Amino acid sequence: MTDQQQQLDLRKDEVEAGTTTGLASPSVDVTDSRQNSLWSDAWRSLKRNPLFWLGATFGIVFLLIAIAPQVFARGVDPRACDLANSKATPSADHWFGYDVQGCDYLANVVYGARNSLIIGIFAVLVVLLLGVVVGAIAGFYGGFTDGLLSRIADIFYALPLILGALVLLRVGPETSIPILNSRGPGAVALALALFGWMTAMRLVRSQVIAVKSSDYVAAARAMGASDIRILVRHILPNAVAPVLVYTTITIGVLIAAEATLTYLGVGLQRPAISWGLQIEAGQDSIRSAPHLVLFPSLILTMTVMAFVMMGDALRDALDPRQRS
Amino acid sequence: MSTASTSAPAGQARAGSGPVLEVDDLRVQFRTDSGLVNAVNGVSYTVSAGETLAILGESGSGKSVSAQAIMGILDMPPAEITSGRIMFEGRDLLTVSPEEQRKVRGPGISMIFQDALSSLNPVYSVGYQIGEMFRAHRGMSRKDAKKQAVELMDRVRIPAAAQRVNDYPHQFSGGMRQRVMIAMAIALDPRILIADEPTTALDVTVQAQVMDLLKDLQRDTGMGLVLITHDLGVVNEVADNVAVMYAGRIVERGTVDDVFGNPAHPYTEGLMSSIPQVEAKGGRLQPIGGQPPNLANIPSGCPFHPRCPKRRTGADALPGRHCAEDVPPLRLVVPGREAACHYSEEVLGV
Amino acid sequence: MGRYVARRLLLTIPVLLGASFLIFAMVYALPGNPIRALAGDRPVSPAVVEVLTERFHLNDPLWVQYWEYLKNLFSGDLGTDFRGRPVIDTIERTLPVTIKLTAVAIVFEAIIGIIAGVLAGIRRNSFFDNLVLVSTTVIVSIPILVLAFIAQLALGLKLGWFPIAGTREGLYSYILPGLVLASGSLAYVARLTRTSIAENMRADYVRTARAKGLPNRTVIVRHTLRNSLIPVVTFIGADIGSLLGGAIVTETVFNLPGIGREVFDSVRSQEGAVVVGIVTLMVFFFIFFNLVVDVLYAVLDPRIRYD
Repeated sequence: MTDQQQQLDLRKDEVEAGTTTGLASPSVDVTDSRQNSLWSDAWRSLKRNPLFWLGATFGIVFLLIAIAPQVFARGVDPRACDLANSKATPSADHWFGYDVQGCDYLANVVYGARNSLIIGIFAVLVVLLLGVVVGAIAGFYGGFTDGLLSRIADIFYALPLILGALVLLRVGPETSIPILNSRGPGAVALALALFGWMTAMRLVRSQVIAVKSSDYVAAARAMGASDIRILVRHILPNAVAPVLVYTTITIGVLIAAEATLTYLGVGLQRPAISWGLQIEAGQDSIRSAPHLVLFPSLILTMTVMAFVMMGDALRDALDPRQRS
Repeated sequence: MSTASTSAPAGQARAGSGPVLEVDDLRVQFRTDSGLVNAVNGVSYTVSAGETLAILGESGSGKSVSAQAIMGILDMPPAEITSGRIMFEGRDLLTVSPEEQRKVRGPGISMIFQDALSSLNPVYSVGYQIGEMFRAHRGMSRKDAKKQAVELMDRVRIPAAAQRVNDYPHQFSGGMRQRVMIAMAIALDPRILIADEPTTALDVTVQAQVMDLLKDLQRDTGMGLVLITHDLGVVNEVADNVAVMYAGRIVERGTVDDVFGNPAHPYTEGLMSSIPQVEAKGGRLQPIGGQPPNLANIPSGCPFHPRCPKRRTGADALPGRHCAEDVPPLRLVVPGREAACHYSEEVLGV
Repeated sequence: MGRYVARRLLLTIPVLLGASFLIFAMVYALPGNPIRALAGDRPVSPAVVEVLTERFHLNDPLWVQYWEYLKNLFSGDLGTDFRGRPVIDTIERTLPVTIKLTAVAIVFEAIIGIIAGVLAGIRRNSFFDNLVLVSTTVIVSIPILVLAFIAQLALGLKLGWFPIAGTREGLYSYILPGLVLASGSLAYVARLTRTSIAENMRADYVRTARAKGLPNRTVIVRHTLRNSLIPVVTFIGADIGSLLGGAIVTETVFNLPGIGREVFDSVRSQEGAVVVGIVTLMVFFFIFFNLVVDVLYAVLDPRIRYD
């Protein structure tokens, strides 16, 4: 695979994942001695970036909602419903109105945050685990190992994220595989991670290859350091910056993917409370009560935007080439 | 600063009638995030037909920026030409319309750059890029332009020009690429050629070939050559006159023989002793102490004074000639020699 | 060049086989009862079970089943769905819809994306540049699902400019879904173009072009745009392959009977043969357009030679 091809694939990964950042641009090549200044420079640049503060604010609000939804629901039980209120529009007492069953919609939307967060974080952790381990092995050992692992990544890569997860989640409940047959947040997160680890793998792999041949790694090797030690102490720290950017944005992407899968009927199932389910239920009354689609959509978008903005700002801060 | 610079230095006798290019009190600033950078601070010089003027200085001395200002290819903003005149064939290039200025670039003044690989567009053949000169300025057809390109490639001694005209820049060696640049620059017989570090990126043997080529071309066409370099050896070999730049100013000017034989400015003197010379047996290499000047914050008085071994401050200084306070103007120190030092006479030992 | 293409083609075969095997394995071989999985919620008679077991070689190991499938595939037989309709007919019926949708999306992506990116890149830090930066950030953050509803609500229901579902109004029906499908890539194309132009404007060869006294138009079009658009054009080329397989949500929300919605319906009703057939086709498109882009790169950038 040529460099150009590699670059292009990385770029496509990002779009495929629904994010469009400059991760594909040559990574920040940092040596040990420059690491500290990289992070302090990055922090200085982050502090001045309004995009970062906007994203961070959204993100923190979202986090608080997920942790303590009852506060934001103003004490209303999302499952206390009265059919008489069905599809009532927003009012001073009920900011988001009522859903079809006559449940307070604000409470429902607010309670949906927790599942999104759990799935987003769990999935990204699995993505990181797979990506870092497979990427580090492929990049470090090269040769046949690299060829095999990279082809496997290519295979997964050829299947769109939503499509792969869709099929897996559809057959999952009929299998005896733990977690996957649970129809719960774990299954969704696992399915997303299984079809979403390739970009992280390629990022780590290319970082490892770039640093592997550097002088200080050669020096460490000459001093008799073991493979594992060289990887952990000298090579992987260089991959932290791009992987951090990728991780931040990917949480947002995975949250959007979860809502999509749930909307398509293979993700979370009722009576779970989820934005995807709310959008799915609301679309039938899109003409008579558009607020039922609008509010969960709005909150979902702001959540995704929070992570994308933070990731964007981080990338700008961590890529010295972007600074003028 | 020197404004009385129309008194062209010696060497002009060789060149014939008056100067083709006259730069007068040129000043260029850059607006950056970290403040105003004064890159060129009142530079004046002239170039006559057939003359080779070397502009010598370390990186950041403003030599390339002033050349780009003459060409009209500075990025503005961040750059800004705050004052000066650039007289070419009786017109001030700083006051004519951009379109008029563009028409001068190529047939009037042209330029070659240090790194020929990055200065040539990677996606067009060299023949196309040379031919562009004829198409843009003479309205020639693509076919005729290519014919001209082959001729030019022959002229700059690229072997098998007819076969190589369709090759791309990356398929040439460094020296050949610089020849392509030269072919492009001389395509329309310019009256002035500015060569910005033309041989810095090349091997020593190739350097000599490229310099020989430039000299031969100059002899054939009678163009004036402005050679921007930090290489004293190259200056010594090919230039008639030399202007030494420091912190955006010309600090010394004269014929190469005079300046190299007996510098009138301590900075020039420092440059001379910083290169190893074959003749100077047992002589020690003397680096110039201190840091190059920060253009965002140029020292007061003589910009060179913090590094100058001969500076006079406090009680040592003569009235009005305090190195840390008074800016030394570029002045005639002996016939045919100008220097911007309060104590040039002492430096010269006259 | 020819040898390079041949080598690349050979390299794509394991990926194509691997991806189709992966989907095959997920559909047919995960632990559980495959017949029940195949039939979904319908009651199944023992006779049918027997026929299906025989037909899909369910008593054989998975790789034998896959080998049988491949043999049929190469003779043009993609199998049939539960109602006995050949999968190939289903693809013939649905693929044109997806191709039209992709074509509309690519046109939007290329035209709007490149124009916005060029204008932003040429005048960096201008108002328009900032507008492009902010709007692309917002666009990439909106999940396609949400964007589809917003488009339906605003441009379809409120303004009434576009139909919100189906294909009754011909190509005009494709404009809204095409725009929604293109949105993410469009934003990316705009950003990629912007960055690429801004980088190229600083390139030494652009300075040379100006030093040669070329007219401004020539400097920008031939020496800046031509070079800047190489990564953009190749991205768009590869994106055709992605969009052909990535329209599940768009086609479902806008009720377009293309392969994306078909594969979704088939996953839901567990029409295994249809799922495997269509997904294999999608993977083929994806790999094919990647290969095309690889070749395109060499055509556009003479520095790249694959020997």
